[in-house]
Amino acid sequence: MSDEQQKKKFFYLNRKAPYGTIYALESLEVVLIGAAFEQDVSLAFVDDGVFQLMDNQDAAGTGMKGFSKIYRALGDYEVRKLYVEKESLETRGLSVEDLMPITYEDEDEDYAEKPSIILVDKSELAKIIADQDVVMSF
Amino acid sequence: MSTLHTVNKSAYERNALKSCLDHALPGDAILLIEDGVYAARKGGSIAPALTAAKGNFKIYALGPDLAARGVVAGQVLEGIETVDYAGFVGLAADATRVCAWL
Repeated sequence: MSDEQQKKKFFYLNRKAPYGTIYALESLEVVLIGAAFEQDVSLAFVDDGVFQLMDNQDAAGTGMKGFSKIYRALGDYEVRKLYVEKESLETRGLSVEDLMPITYEDEDEDYAEKPSIILVDKSELAKIIADQDVVMSF
Repeated sequence: MSTLHTVNKSAYERNALKSCLDHALPGDAILLIEDGVYAARKGGSIAPALTAAKGNFKIYALGPDLAARGVVAGQVLEGIETVDYAGFVGLAADATRVCAWL
């Protein structure tokens, strides 16, 4: 089927903390656009990018737009692979429990909720990058 | 006499905090703002440097910036005082000068 032939692996590399710069929010916007074109989308969170997924973010006191809830909605847009680099978490004293619970519904298994966050180490992520058609960096 | 130093960059990405700590004098105040507040979180690899610096400087972190980034009260290193925007103004007013480490 031609749609399937045109489907490409889109990979978004996120290395910036949220709020301090506009990169994280811009990345999310581009991810959602890519998802609308039914591409095979995956995201990676490396270095300060892991801070984007921290739980309990509340930007109300800063007057900035809080956008952390958007990550939890990514599953509804078929964005189900959020690779988080283990070494980046460890350097920052973080574990998966410090991150938002992000899940998707698996329609092949009676809409069971499954975790979208996939913990990977550096060498695993290197292979994942090598498997992509398009890489976009933020 | 004293200087208020502000640091707004993540210590895990830039050396702004390190430069600040290397140039601040005993008795100065250091205020972590924006992405600088990540350094105030317990358990990170930067935490020991900040803990060691507490003896020489009074260290503060801006509360609304901590909250935005999901760093909740119990996760802030002991001895780092959280201030609000009015507290920021107070620190600036009390200091002779403000030195920003961008």
